[in-house]
Amino acid sequence: MFVGLFFAWPVAMLVARGFVADGALDLTGFADVLGRPRTWRLVGLTLAQSFLGTGFALVAGLPVAFLLYRRTFPGRGLLRGLVTVPFVLPTVVVGVAFRSLFVPDGALGFLGLEETLGGIVVALVFFNLAVVVRTVGGLWERLDPRTEQAAAALGASPGRVWWTVTLPSLAPALVSAASVVFLFCATAFGVVMVLGGARYGTVETEIWVRTTQFLDLRSAAVLSILQLVVVATALAVSARTRSRREAALHLVSDRTSAVPLRRSRGDVAAVAATAAVVGGLILLPLGGLALRSFRGPDGRLGLANYAALGTTGERGALTVTVWEALGNSLRTAAWACAIALVVGGLVALLASRRPRGTGARRAVSLLDGLFMLPLGVSAVTVGFGFLVTLDQPLGVEYDLRTSPALVPIAQAVVAVPLVTRTVLPVLRAIDPRLREVAGTLGAGPWAVLRTVDLPLAARSLGLAVGFAFAVSLGEFGATSFLVRPQSETLPVVIFRLIGRPGAENYGMALAASVVLAALTAVVMMLAERLRGDHGGGEF
Amino acid sequence: MISRGSGTGSNDAVTAARADGGGAGLAVRDVVVRYAKAPGGLWRRTRATTVAVDHVSLDVDQGEIVALLGPSGCGKSSLLRAVAGLEPLADGTVTWDDGDLTGVPVHRRQFGLMFQDGQLFPHRDAGRNVAYGLEAQHVPAPERAERVAGLLELVGLAGYERRRVATLSGGERQRVALARALAPRPRLLLLDEPLSALDRRLRERLAAEVRRVLKETGTTALFVTHDHDEAFAVADRVGVMSGGRLLQVAPPEELREKPATAEVAEFLGP
Ligand SMILES: Nc1ncnc2c1ncn2[C@@H]1O[C@H](COP(=O)(O)OP(=O)(O)OP(=O)(O)O)[C@@H](O)[C@H]1O
Ligand SMILES: [Mg+2]
Repeated sequence: MFVGLFFAWPVAMLVARGFVADGALDLTGFADVLGRPRTWRLVGLTLAQSFLGTGFALVAGLPVAFLLYRRTFPGRGLLRGLVTVPFVLPTVVVGVAFRSLFVPDGALGFLGLEETLGGIVVALVFFNLAVVVRTVGGLWERLDPRTEQAAAALGASPGRVWWTVTLPSLAPALVSAASVVFLFCATAFGVVMVLGGARYGTVETEIWVRTTQFLDLRSAAVLSILQLVVVATALAVSARTRSRREAALHLVSDRTSAVPLRRSRGDVAAVAATAAVVGGLILLPLGGLALRSFRGPDGRLGLANYAALGTTGERGALTVTVWEALGNSLRTAAWACAIALVVGGLVALLASRRPRGTGARRAVSLLDGLFMLPLGVSAVTVGFGFLVTLDQPLGVEYDLRTSPALVPIAQAVVAVPLVTRTVLPVLRAIDPRLREVAGTLGAGPWAVLRTVDLPLAARSLGLAVGFAFAVSLGEFGATSFLVRPQSETLPVVIFRLIGRPGAENYGMALAASVVLAALTAVVMMLAERLRGDHGGGEF
Repeated sequence: MISRGSGTGSNDAVTAARADGGGAGLAVRDVVVRYAKAPGGLWRRTRATTVAVDHVSLDVDQGEIVALLGPSGCGKSSLLRAVAGLEPLADGTVTWDDGDLTGVPVHRRQFGLMFQDGQLFPHRDAGRNVAYGLEAQHVPAPERAERVAGLLELVGLAGYERRRVATLSGGERQRVALARALAPRPRLLLLDEPLSALDRRLRERLAAEVRRVLKETGTTALFVTHDHDEAFAVADRVGVMSGGRLLQVAPPEELREKPATAEVAEFLGP
């Protein structure tokens, strides 16, 4: 229902514009767009960017996941929060941060990455590292270490244990993370816009250009469909691999599987890799951003930019102060998070069932894929679709566009797949016989849900809350289309500030970005708390 | 291993409900269980089925322990799951005290179930695992605590209430699982190879203990195993299964002395 009304309907209406001209079916738009060599170059670039981004994110994320979820050391919670910050930063800000590194006189200017595929891939890996680390780590920390110990006892070397036991056990989370990252890379918008410049574009940016610059809705719709095809294919492939490899895993739900850091070769390598990834990929751009935020409009170091956050900017660039925007962001994100949690949780629950009938099983499979789709359709499309269709949602005379619920709903649409993807692997890994035992002990279906599924999924739900809230906080694409001037959120305000001339506005944007990043880090750390770091039998 | 003697008092609560006896107990009539072959194929239509249980009829009187014995894959677990209501019947009926159980959901049958690997709830300690079924029955907390303590004592784990399940040994886990299954006083307890994951000596000792606990609590039980000695040690009567069919049901001595068919004789060995 939710997805139907707030996702499928707007997108369908938008897509229909690609086919229907003057009330009649018209496919010439297709032939026209698909006939352009430019289209195919964009598709190629989109695919290259997605595959490279996904591959590097997986490689970079694994050692970090190992260190942060299988080992304990002081400051681990802080590091976990830090790794997640990039994911929820407004894309535009990340773009600016990297651009300042890549420009010829920037810190990494010698690499010549400005306006190249390489530069964009680096930024995408920066963004999506958290997805890999958190999804894989969440499962990893709960894998029963005795399986690995058993393999080692059978004479397998550490490398072999990793290859034959650990990696296959992690497969569900790996595939899950890979598909999410792939979709994010394929539909990345802000980063590509800022880093790609005029020389580089993808299907997503082309949709935006066609829609907003040329008002060429038909080409945009055709490109949307093209993108949907890419996304649906990726999803189908991932679903296939997953259903083939996903077995009921042996979980331990206490924290005994994480042990203190040792001096073994593997641990040292993991520490080194993590230091390289976190230092080079996260601290460098973020540090650069933070440093520059303290450089006032007059070039001197100080808090001038932060003091300006209580104003509406140089020459009245904004309608609200940055602090007011922050309040708006928190309020909106709280609602979006609640909606996403309820909807995403229910979907995960349904999709985790393995019904007996072939038809029902197929339906579950389909549902699973359907709810991933909002990830693959650009937020820009969703936002624009809302605007076009929701004056009369499904023919009902109620103008949702003026409702304050609109922005939270749009943000929730974007966050639902994340919630589902976070909770689903854990629910799927619960041995069905655990529920059967509960049944024979007199627990009805609801009681089983409350006493078995819920406590076992509680940790991943806490994580999902953090994700949903953080994503809503940083959501930009859809929000920028829908938000009313008086209730603008922080990312929208930052974008506005960047777009305005004036050193003061630019400084404010940097300071506001730092505030948003700090807020996000706090949220993720709270979520970390929420999902219970304490031992003991209760969640 | 189990501290008897002074402990009887606290176990009365467990035994009481079972004293009346009488009634017809479990009746399985012509039960058939089928599985679709090759599940999981998303777009493949499959109509082929495996017959796991093939027209089995069996009675278990109240207070009686019946063991099902048979080689791997002969359908023992499937029959047990069908009785529990976890697998739908393709044919036949399951009744308790002449009441048809078709359509009665698992949690309303009051049939306990115990798996080979216990399936303890990892997020609860030993005591709260045992208490699970009592919570579902809304037994008040003080009485619940008393019953849990009594049951843990009955299975030889007095004082284990706060132990986390991950810290229990295999034998201890199965004891907790047994206590948990007995806690809601099931009308019938279904045990699916409850001792198979344990080493031989522990298995022999626990087999005797399981019988003692079941008899002491007056529990009616259907006990699946592929180990002859275990079946003979635990059960009042033993049923031999093969290829989905039940070949013979008889007390241990009778089965040994007068096997009904050559197949039974061969399976039981010299
Ligand atoms: N969920 C299932 N789907 C398809 N076939 C199944 C399923 N469960 C069992 N079977 C098949 O049904 C038959 C009987 O299986 P069952 O588990 O009842 O045997 P069993 O006697 O308990 O064996 P074991 O002693 O190894 O536990 C086997 O051929 C098995 O492959
Ligand atoms: Mg079996």
